[in-house]
Amino acid sequence: MTDTPLVIAGKSFTSRFFLGTGKFKNKKDLSDSIAAGGSQIVTVALRRIDLDHHEENILEHIPPHVTLLTNTSGARTAQEAVRIARLARASGCGDWVKIEVINDSKYLLPDNQETIKATEILAAEGFVVLPYISPDLYAARALVKAGAATVMPLGSFIGSNQGIKTKEFIQVLINEIELPIVVDAGIGAPSDAAQAMEMGADAVLVNTAVATAQNPVVLARAFALAVEAGRLAYLSGLPLERFIANASSPLTGFLYDDIPTN
Amino acid sequence: MTFQQIKNILNDKSPQSVEGLAQEAARTTRQHFGRAIGLYGPLYLSNFCSSHCTYCGFHSHNQIQRMKLEPEQYRKEMQFIHAQGICNILMLTGESYKHTPVTYLKEAAVIASEYFQGVSLEVHPMQTSEYKELFTAGVDGITVYQETYDRTRYAEVHLSGYKKDYDFRYGTPHRAAEAGMRQISLGVLLGLSDTANDVYALYQHVRELEKSFPGVEYSVSFPRLRTVKTEALAICDVDDIQFVKIIALTRILFPRVGINLSTRESPQLRDHLLEIAITRISAGSNTSVGGYTLLEEKDQDPQFDIKDERTVEEIVQLLKSKNFDPVFTDWRHIENTL
Amino acid sequence: MNIIINGKSQALTTAQNLSDIVSTFCKQSRHVISELNGAIIPPEQWSQTLLQDGDVLELVTFVGGG
Repeated sequence: MTDTPLVIAGKSFTSRFFLGTGKFKNKKDLSDSIAAGGSQIVTVALRRIDLDHHEENILEHIPPHVTLLTNTSGARTAQEAVRIARLARASGCGDWVKIEVINDSKYLLPDNQETIKATEILAAEGFVVLPYISPDLYAARALVKAGAATVMPLGSFIGSNQGIKTKEFIQVLINEIELPIVVDAGIGAPSDAAQAMEMGADAVLVNTAVATAQNPVVLARAFALAVEAGRLAYLSGLPLERFIANASSPLTGFLYDDIPTN
Repeated sequence: MTFQQIKNILNDKSPQSVEGLAQEAARTTRQHFGRAIGLYGPLYLSNFCSSHCTYCGFHSHNQIQRMKLEPEQYRKEMQFIHAQGICNILMLTGESYKHTPVTYLKEAAVIASEYFQGVSLEVHPMQTSEYKELFTAGVDGITVYQETYDRTRYAEVHLSGYKKDYDFRYGTPHRAAEAGMRQISLGVLLGLSDTANDVYALYQHVRELEKSFPGVEYSVSFPRLRTVKTEALAICDVDDIQFVKIIALTRILFPRVGINLSTRESPQLRDHLLEIAITRISAGSNTSVGGYTLLEEKDQDPQFDIKDERTVEEIVQLLKSKNFDPVFTDWRHIENTL
Repeated sequence: MNIIINGKSQALTTAQNLSDIVSTFCKQSRHVISELNGAIIPPEQWSQTLLQDGDVLELVTFVGGG
């Protein structure tokens, strides 16, 4: 059984495993992990150029066929996110942006309201907007209206590796929102990624777990396999829980009585 | 759930599978509805109909006494129903823009609002603008059954008139929701076409509506094709076991959607199904125009034969004896504004 | 004149355009994005953009991120 491609803003992808590029020990691990995981979408961030030191250009370690998704990390308001997105586009490297607006240094929870505002502005300017939010149905609906290309609900706190703590709420989004749902943040192990895909998520984004692993390259491959396994499981139609009959107070015995009801 | 899974469930003949479904459905119903059962009463305003639907007692080619109630007449009917304790009324007409146009329905809604907290209509499909007019006149809900989602079969049984237009009918719940209607009821007429196909298609229709209009309260109904004036019309027979399975499965898949059971079904079956998944029933019903106060029984032409003839009082007593909570209304009347 | 680049004050002895500034101050040449006084200046316009006293210049580029 083969899957249909993941389509975002008219572009087709065969991989449903997005990789974040932060926190890697070195650039070689990064490029090898991208290759091992087969990711076709990776996130990057923008930062002031260090004028005193020469830094390797990260883009040189990302293959040209990979779609760059610039993260607006650092933005605390919609306006800041918009500014970062516009700067990223000015690089000529594409106009895909992950909106991450966080004004909370304790939990790093995204500000859904500001995210919606930024999405409206940027979608109207032609950006391909992938907003990162706390899983909330109303926010997701507003993002659909605002022109988002996907919705990216968090699985658990950024960098926590806690897995999918927001399962029921993500499931609501999967059930109700027509856009691709990409589970982002908190995915700590391949089994978490598989779980998200089994639920019907369209893709997952993983960063910390891979970047800080002892062997990121091997773990990237493991994630890719898990995402594929979860996706296939979802497509196969997981068997329904079997409903076990409880003999104590039968409700349908009357159907088998001799006396007809009609 | 996939179509194949539904088919498998409907085909599974084992008593354990029905019991299992019923138990799960009952648990889900108690969790979301408690033991509250909503009561309402139908009022047939008119049986003029321009559509020829082969399965209906009112169809345009049937030789029956055609009647349409004028305000003084339906007011009497409303007073009678109101006196039984009913607070939610479902007003029905045949499908006739000519005899029962929007102006007629609006007037009926305004008068109905004097007697009832909830006013619903089961009439011919209309345009959004017309539903908006009805909404501001006091109509809270619309009932429209697609009857069957099988286009071929639909064309076979709807021979003439407005009802022939499958797509217009299909879009009715959407237009009603757009117009602000708070309660929308859908259904299929079991026995008209392939059961698994129609049940699956109904589920898809409800899912689609839930996504576009999440604030609406949806309910579904599964009338079973029966006799009309002793003429048996069922093409494929849906027996009690299948029927119970469909209702249980619907509850499991749609925990919060209302499930309605009409007086077509026998008292015994209704009582059993109340324990499983039914959340709304009509009581003290009469399905003839003028049947409550205006016509002798011998002169009445019912839309369908009623099997459950218990009065409202009898139903209330029965519900209470089984520890159900009969609910006549759970809101007070408010102005519908757009 | 003095301008502020990436938050630090820099003294310029001669009038310079943005193209000169970038090659002088940035060790890398590719993927430099510039924002002058809040406005993004595309690379094609760098050589025509003259810096003035008090200008605030941001030079950013891509780094790893989640």
